[in-house]
Amino acid sequence: MSALEKINERCLDLFEDLHFKAAREWKAAEPGRKVVGFMPVYVPREIIHAAGMLPLGITGGGDQMEVIHGDAYYQSYICRIPRSTIELGVSGRLDFVDGMLFPSICDVIRNLSGMWKLMFPNVYTRYFDVPQNYIDDIGGNYYTQELAELVEGLEELGGRKITEEQLRNSIALYNENRALVREVYDFRSKQPWKAPAADVYLLVRAGYVLPVEEHNKMIREWLTESEKVDRPLRDNCRVIVAGLFCEQPPLNLIKSLELAGCYVVDDDLLLVSRWLLEDVPLEGDPLHNLSQAFLHHSEETSAKYVPTLAEKGQHLVRAVAKRGAEGVIFASPSFCDPALLDRPMLQSALKKANIPFIAFKYAENSGQMQPIREQAGTFADSIKLWSEA
Amino acid sequence: MTEITTPKGASPEVIKDDSMWKQKEMMAGHYDRITSAHENGLKVCNTFVPGNLNELIRCFGLVNNLPEVNAIQSGLRKKSGNFVLEAEKHGHSEDVCTYVKSDIGMMEKGNIAPNGKKFPDPDVLLLSYTGCFTFMKWFELLREQYDCETIMLHTPYEGDGKITKNMRDYMVKQLKDDVIPKLERISGVKFDIDLLRENLVKSAKAEEDLVWVLQSAKNKPSPIDAYFGGIYYIGPIFGAFRGTDDAIEYYKLLRAEVEARVKAGRGPVTPDGDMGKEKYRIVVEGPPNYTSFRDFWKMFYDEGAVVVASSYTKVGGVYDFGFRHDPTNPLESLADYCLGVYTNLNLPQRVDMLENYMNEYEADGLLINSIKSCNSFSAGQLLMLREIEKRTGKPGGFVESDLVDPRYFSPANIKNRLESYFQMIDQKRSGKTKGVAA
Ligand code: SF4
Ligand code: SF4
Repeated sequence: MSALEKINERCLDLFEDLHFKAAREWKAAEPGRKVVGFMPVYVPREIIHAAGMLPLGITGGGDQMEVIHGDAYYQSYICRIPRSTIELGVSGRLDFVDGMLFPSICDVIRNLSGMWKLMFPNVYTRYFDVPQNYIDDIGGNYYTQELAELVEGLEELGGRKITEEQLRNSIALYNENRALVREVYDFRSKQPWKAPAADVYLLVRAGYVLPVEEHNKMIREWLTESEKVDRPLRDNCRVIVAGLFCEQPPLNLIKSLELAGCYVVDDDLLLVSRWLLEDVPLEGDPLHNLSQAFLHHSEETSAKYVPTLAEKGQHLVRAVAKRGAEGVIFASPSFCDPALLDRPMLQSALKKANIPFIAFKYAENSGQMQPIREQAGTFADSIKLWSEA
Repeated sequence: MTEITTPKGASPEVIKDDSMWKQKEMMAGHYDRITSAHENGLKVCNTFVPGNLNELIRCFGLVNNLPEVNAIQSGLRKKSGNFVLEAEKHGHSEDVCTYVKSDIGMMEKGNIAPNGKKFPDPDVLLLSYTGCFTFMKWFELLREQYDCETIMLHTPYEGDGKITKNMRDYMVKQLKDDVIPKLERISGVKFDIDLLRENLVKSAKAEEDLVWVLQSAKNKPSPIDAYFGGIYYIGPIFGAFRGTDDAIEYYKLLRAEVEARVKAGRGPVTPDGDMGKEKYRIVVEGPPNYTSFRDFWKMFYDEGAVVVASSYTKVGGVYDFGFRHDPTNPLESLADYCLGVYTNLNLPQRVDMLENYMNEYEADGLLINSIKSCNSFSAGQLLMLREIEKRTGKPGGFVESDLVDPRYFSPANIKNRLESYFQMIDQKRSGKTKGVAA
């Protein structure tokens, strides 16, 4: 097995392990260690790390887990991720998790934060709110104070103070992590035949369960090894996939897109890994710096308010230009408010810019990939036809 | 979230109370004010019911137009079904909130108000982002249509079940440094804090009487239905009338009428006249269905079921635990109002509130009407139901429908479920009398 295959296999193992063995081992390695879970779309993992804890990304149960109890908590018209997350909780798979953060992304995850409080009263549970006002001394001050409250909560959980030095050190590590993930995305965009979308996904996803130091090392190695591989360049079209920022698509869905003739050159999967678009400065007050980064240099996604009409959807139009993409595939979880309410506006921005797109829905446990493959295949063919015409 | 003009076709023998006439007149005036605003040189501000800052909006002489109320009107007039389809035809997902689609579909179909005249385009969208994610996208969508100024007022969620100083400061700062200056610019009117105080005094007066009316349901029999009837009672205060003399007068009339009913030992008024004997006292969680509103209500009163308390009547403000608008701290009070609306409370708070209602109103059970397209309310309701059953030992019931999409109101199914639910209550009661645990 080549070095690259080994990394890919390790990432697949981590992905498939819904008992979170790696995180459990990390916790058991030293007494007093704590693990803090978080859901999509963004939390400042630096702060958890600075508290000496392991941030653990929780993204539902995927298509491998049978949901036995979770369905009793949700009506049929609510997306899948909360029910499989409840399943992870009630089945004991998260019994080693000491804290859970539920970011402000939608009302389902918002309400799940309260359910967690009721169901797991011994877990430190926090709804993590972020500002929708981006003015420094309004939204900025509010957010800095929210971060300070998170720091306090984690200090209490961990039984020790978090120093500025520790915060800076963690910010530096996550700056590095984000830079590396961006490098992976750039690499894939330049040579997509060398970086299959599913491999990239699993590599980034490994960062949801591994300590950041180990993940950084893994990405570096992956980049070096991937550069060396020789894979045939296919006559695929270049697409961006949007709408995947919360409930995860089945791995097969990601693979199907490539099999259908699409190179994925950008996506909005696992956004926490590249949420902040620039390095967070190390000088000055760390919480203020994190707050500024959120306000002024963070990813655009459906969970955020866009203050002006002119700017709405432009992040996608710019991404298409930057990645040399030929079209956009909107893949949204069924019943997902943020993705589905936003979609018509993003589509109208694309229409104005003459960018072709298609749309479909999925669930984390969708089994049938044939229709999606056919739709993506037809899309790829039509893009090729247009470009030849 | 609601103001309802009286549904047409009410049985002729039903005599309308003064408060009903008053409300009808207020609503007609409201729609005339909106549709003639531009002719009269007034500007229109669209905003939402939860977190609705009517007292502030009025300081700038703006006319308040509430899209949820319009969607409800479309539902009651059986027009929303087509509007929803129209929006779906234009690419809006079948999975999202039907209020939004009813609103957008109505726009596509000419944007006609209940008075038959065209709604004016808004001059400003005041995006009071309170208690529901959909609001943010709804006004982004409208902004695309109207290309008008949009003001965001972000109400943080009570994740830990309390209002922190940071949340309140953030809101006050948004109001002071962002919302008010923008409203001044758009309206051309300078902000007068004393006028705001005056409006808040009026709000508090009306709120006092509203709470008295809602709490009158503690009587046996209850003189009101606090869900179906309650939706009429909250109309003025949740809508464009909070902070007005009209609202004060409406609630005074209403209170006097309800006082008289209590004295006479009478039950609630229904569209078919006075309700018969009160057999079941129910607490309801969740919004109603508006496309078959009267059929849904009838399924209750035909069985002798009266709703004694409901969470839906708290969606535009929770007043029955002591909060009142406070003229001495005007902006802080507006902030606390927004922060405290029902859908901005966390799930444990919602459960505590329902438990309180179950006990205080001596209810026989909790019934949830779960709305298909409303995650803000619906996500987590099954756990809430279990919690209430566990804490009170009273049976819970669960039905599903939608606010304004008639496709999701299945009368036979809902009626069946309700009947079995009421039977369950009977069984529980007889079990109790025999001293046998159910
Ligand atoms: S999939 Fe969409 S609706 Fe469901 S929890 Fe995630 S963001 Fe919310
Ligand atoms: S999702 Fe629910 S709370 Fe939000 S606007 Fe729609 S009906 Fe109202």
